[in-house]
Amino acid sequence: MDLSKTFLSWPVLRQFSGNDPLGRGTAARSGQTERITARTETADRVARSVCPYCAVGCGQRVYVKDEKVVQIEGDPDSPISRGRLCPKGAASKNLVTGPMRESKVRYRRPFGTEWEDLDLETAMNMVADRVLKVRDETWQDEDESGNKVRRTMGIAGLGGATLDNEENYLIKKLWTAMGAVQIENQARI
Amino acid sequence: MIGKTSLFGPVNPARDAGYDDPPARKGFFTDTSICIGCKACEVACKEWNEVPDNGFDMLGMSYDNTGSLNANSWRHVAFVEQPARPTAPPVDLGMPTLLHDGVADDGQQTTVAGEDRPDFRWLMSSDVCKHCTHAACLDVCPTGSLFRTEFGTVVVQDDICNGCGYCVPACPYGVIERRERPEAAKNVGIAQKCTLCYDRLGAGMTPACAQACPTQSIQFGDVDELRERAKQRVEALQAGGVTDARLYGADPEDGVGGAGAFFLLLDEPEVYGLPPDPVVTTRDLPHMYQRAVVAAGALLLGAVLSFLERRS
Amino acid sequence: MAEAHPVGFQWVMEAKLRGAKIIHVDPRFTRTSALAHTFVPLRAGTDIAFLGGIINYVLQNELDFREYVVAYTNAASIVSDEYTDPDELDGLFSGFDPETRTYSPESWQYAQQEHEGDTRQDMHEQRETSSAQQFGSHGASVSSALRDDTLQDPNCVYQILKRHFSRYTPEMVEQVCGVSPEAFREVCEAWTQNSGRERTTALCYSVGWTQHSVGAQYIRTAAILQLLLGNIGRTGGGIMALRGHASIQGSTDIPTLFDLLPGYLPMPSASKHPDFQTYVDSIRKPGAKGFWDNSKAYTVNLLKAYWGEKATAENDFCFDYMPKLTGDHGTYRTVLDMIDGKVKGYFLFGQNPAVGSAHGRAQRLGMANLDWLVVRDLVEIESASFWRNSPEIATGEIVPEECRTEVFLFPAASHVEKEGTFTQTQRMLQWREKALDPKGDCRSELWFLYHLGRLLRERLAGSARERDRPLLDLVWDYVPPEHQHEPWGEPSAEKVLMEINGYEIATGRPLSSFTEMKEDGSTLGGCWIYTGVFKDGVNQAARRKPASEQSWVAPEWGWAWPANRRTLYNRASADPDGKPWSERKAYVWWDEAAGEWTGHDVPDFEKTKPPSYRAPDGARGVAALAGDDAFIMNGDGKGALYVPQGLIDGPLPTHYEPVESPFRNALYAQQGNPTRKDYPRPDNPINPSFPDEAEQVAVFPYVFTTSRLTEHHTSGAMSRYLEYLSELQPEMFVEVSPALAQERGLEHMGWCHVITSRSAVEGRVLVTERLIPLRVEGRVVHQVWLPYHWGAGGMVTGDSANDLFGITLDPNVLIQESKVGTCDVRPGRRPTGPALREYIAGYLQRAGLDTGRRTPILTTGTAGSHTDGREADEGAQP
Repeated sequence: MDLSKTFLSWPVLRQFSGNDPLGRGTAARSGQTERITARTETADRVARSVCPYCAVGCGQRVYVKDEKVVQIEGDPDSPISRGRLCPKGAASKNLVTGPMRESKVRYRRPFGTEWEDLDLETAMNMVADRVLKVRDETWQDEDESGNKVRRTMGIAGLGGATLDNEENYLIKKLWTAMGAVQIENQARI
Repeated sequence: MIGKTSLFGPVNPARDAGYDDPPARKGFFTDTSICIGCKACEVACKEWNEVPDNGFDMLGMSYDNTGSLNANSWRHVAFVEQPARPTAPPVDLGMPTLLHDGVADDGQQTTVAGEDRPDFRWLMSSDVCKHCTHAACLDVCPTGSLFRTEFGTVVVQDDICNGCGYCVPACPYGVIERRERPEAAKNVGIAQKCTLCYDRLGAGMTPACAQACPTQSIQFGDVDELRERAKQRVEALQAGGVTDARLYGADPEDGVGGAGAFFLLLDEPEVYGLPPDPVVTTRDLPHMYQRAVVAAGALLLGAVLSFLERRS
Repeated sequence: MAEAHPVGFQWVMEAKLRGAKIIHVDPRFTRTSALAHTFVPLRAGTDIAFLGGIINYVLQNELDFREYVVAYTNAASIVSDEYTDPDELDGLFSGFDPETRTYSPESWQYAQQEHEGDTRQDMHEQRETSSAQQFGSHGASVSSALRDDTLQDPNCVYQILKRHFSRYTPEMVEQVCGVSPEAFREVCEAWTQNSGRERTTALCYSVGWTQHSVGAQYIRTAAILQLLLGNIGRTGGGIMALRGHASIQGSTDIPTLFDLLPGYLPMPSASKHPDFQTYVDSIRKPGAKGFWDNSKAYTVNLLKAYWGEKATAENDFCFDYMPKLTGDHGTYRTVLDMIDGKVKGYFLFGQNPAVGSAHGRAQRLGMANLDWLVVRDLVEIESASFWRNSPEIATGEIVPEECRTEVFLFPAASHVEKEGTFTQTQRMLQWREKALDPKGDCRSELWFLYHLGRLLRERLAGSARERDRPLLDLVWDYVPPEHQHEPWGEPSAEKVLMEINGYEIATGRPLSSFTEMKEDGSTLGGCWIYTGVFKDGVNQAARRKPASEQSWVAPEWGWAWPANRRTLYNRASADPDGKPWSERKAYVWWDEAAGEWTGHDVPDFEKTKPPSYRAPDGARGVAALAGDDAFIMNGDGKGALYVPQGLIDGPLPTHYEPVESPFRNALYAQQGNPTRKDYPRPDNPINPSFPDEAEQVAVFPYVFTTSRLTEHHTSGAMSRYLEYLSELQPEMFVEVSPALAQERGLEHMGWCHVITSRSAVEGRVLVTERLIPLRVEGRVVHQVWLPYHWGAGGMVTGDSANDLFGITLDPNVLIQESKVGTCDVRPGRRPTGPALREYIAGYLQRAGLDTGRRTPILTTGTAGSHTDGREADEGAQP
């Protein structure tokens, strides 16, 4: 039996044998306290990211452990934000891991009163079918004056200000190619 | 009476608690003159420490919907709306702020911009556990759950706390509290308060609130250095005409031996909901302790004997 | 700024610590005001009058930075003597046609150029297609005109400006804005004393400024003032738009907007752009100066990026593949078309119009009349659940069992679950690394769009229809080799970014600058202003050199367009000879010995063009820019104090009352913006204003405005669904002054509701002195403030303030007026169920709107017959 590890580490004895006779400091430390570490130290990896809220563009560091986000905090290296975040940026982990996030496709059929489940591939195929159907139904080759317009006015989109540039690029490219001109985002609002 | 185990007066609290060569004492200097009331500190604290929500109630106290420091809010931003120089008795409209009046053209009481209106002030201040040099919560804790860290801060060990609640009334600031809700939260029934991010300090990091604070209203560092910085800041403000600027909790001679977390305020502490002259509630404990020491010795002897007997 | 951009505000606080004076002008006292030295409350919707007053102060006292103004602005340019100011025309500019409510801008041109450029018909189309947004980045495409560098010619821009703003006196500012002459003078003095050689002043605005029927002219007024004071292109100066979404700048540069293509190239118009050459010429305006002269290269490179090897010089690079515009296809037009059954399918990508767009009821009724709706978001936003929890369910206007809209809610990947770039508000791209894979069905937009496009192309494979060629010929290959075996593999954002940057087709060598773009089809690039983000084959947006290890400009953190320039038009930071205006403000300067421009930033000028350079006769494009033409994107190389081309509502800002206002325009007979875009339909009523009867106007006696709270984000989709933000501001509330509380019997923390002709919304009453009644035109006006973050979903729910607004748009950019309106406020909760619509009907009836009658837009004696029998110029001042 290792006395130094068991007997001597007993708090009551530590209190009277050490420098902390009132038992308020060294003598009171629990096993858990001795093992405490910042979870940023034990993370598997850190991703350099950017806050998703406003357009200031504050730097974020995203700490991942066991494929879960365990912390998001300001990136001190950023010349914009110097490691600081506002309450929204500080709540980014809450945004990413919060209980209200959806992780399954939800489907509401016409005249339906409840959400239904739908698998992702089926939903993608249904959307593709509907896009082509509406596109055909509403296709215009020319306007009233005979000018070429080559478009559909039956399909619209809204959104982009919260997305990546690359995603906006694909939206505009796909919309233009399928002849849809009605694409807008928060910049108009 | 100030000595190694003193319960009041200016001491090094970490050394006082048995750390032979502790690092510099750490603390917060909260400069409320540059607080923008964004509450990033409240959120960053909760994210790091996994503190549950405090309920969804609007309080009507300006933009303060947190209300006070409590088990589920380890940072609390107070919002005080006030006219700097009231010009007339307040009109009671059932609201918490002071009013002053003017008279509109229709004879109703009103205030119109540019018409004898004194400067309005909206004070904001982020409150936190003071990490007192003499911490009554720690002194009264019977289980050793509350302890003094090597950084001179006061931390609850939730694996030790049995929820007895002695610490709750002991705190002169009303900071520490047992967590009562939500039911599913961790540490329900356990005393909870700011740890000054003990785990982060151990890793050489800044506490979450201070790291997030956009304007550096919350400054983290060595208490000695922060006290000096605070002194300079208050002098600069006063020299600039902000005569109401004052420090709160920065004086090692005060009732708690100086706070590890102290403040620059722009008005009386009461305006921010802070006690004007807090005193460690265990100030007289040593006298009582001396009288109890003989009895304690006897008990200790018994404890050691019974332990040795059982072990062998 | 402290409210909506707290982390950006750290720099303001730091400036304050270093001695800067902070002035905050806002209808209400906010967290920003609390930290400012001076707070100036003003009536919502009167900013042009306020800033116009400062411009007048500058001009009357000749406090402008004269050397800067003469060298870098168009102050000296001579304008056509056919130009007539609103001073003389009751608030209208010359060239107005009351029938179309548009201008023929010939008389606004520089002298001797009257008959170049746009016509009235163009203006009409420009309003419909928001063309000014494109012009906004192009500037006027006119070449320089006659000049009078002494600024004495009565027809020079400087003198026109001086006359135009002469009625914006301190007394008028007090009358219109409710700002005391003392407060106003303090602002004037602070601003002018802190501008010049040694000092600069920054103007920051949040984009509520754009949400007015005169929004573009708000920004113009700011630009005039900052140009006059020499605060543009210089360190510490500028006009900083504090935009509100992580990549709203990016989604404007690489636009998800109907009227633009990437890099501010216009979407082609059916009538104006029948072919490629016409299209290119309409952008570059042959003969004009500046970098738009290379428009052909930018367009060819975009078309090559879209259609690859199918795009050849012979087929005009597939220009014909693009759909064409025929008018207004903006989001509000689209929503009204949904109500009318013209739009069948709708995609929402991280946007929640049921709460976030003006006239929420119209938004939701539109969604309830679709064939299908696809929502991509992190949570079940109100726009996904409108069929079960919108306010119209309670009123009976939407009945789930009768609503045919099929709804798909796809869960989206969050910002840490995908990689890509955001462009923040100062045009800086920052690459985000992916931290981990998204859970379950959550996918990136990149994945969704790529695979949707793939499925469309697979279904159309083999089609011989001409209409399908653009889809089938599209370059659509973004899945990297390592994922190509997976049928649903994740595309590579870096591959997309490389296409955006552009490369030499034969070698794959990434382009380092848009100047490398070729017109012959040998290079491609999806967005010319972003070329350089992959300079040297390195993802420059991913650079993360710590701020502490580089200069204060921090050029090695991320990448800013264009060409990694951090401050635009920074040639103006040096004097015409290329020397810094002062040592203190040195930023970019001409190094005579080295024969090049140098400094702290990437010079926004041709690197080796000396300050003394003068273009030979007949030069065009970039070569035509003189060595002191600092505003290199403008057709005359000058900063535009006066805008001869490109604005729908006039070459100069003019104060017009908001569309809904309890006041008469004190400056001109014309009440509101005469060219505003309106949608006169029964489902879009507008509250009465002059020249309606006073009793009708008084039905909605108060002014209201909305904005953000620090604790929430826009429609609440990213905040009300989080406990840590919901608890900080858990309930919808309405801020009122103690005086209004007394007038209407409102109790602090009790309920009240706010009513307009569109709807009524309720909230808890917050009585606060931060709301200050103002004295305007001799009477007290109460202003009411509401946050707009609440809806039916999330952890904390409440009514949506945006339900209160109707739809009227700025004519230049088609953005709605949603920062000012008139309302009534009553104690207690609003009626629920069908009673709500009856309640609103009562208001419509009392306001005289129940018959479908609308407030006349033209109120001058000279330009219209809609004056309702009243003295047309009543209230107008000489």
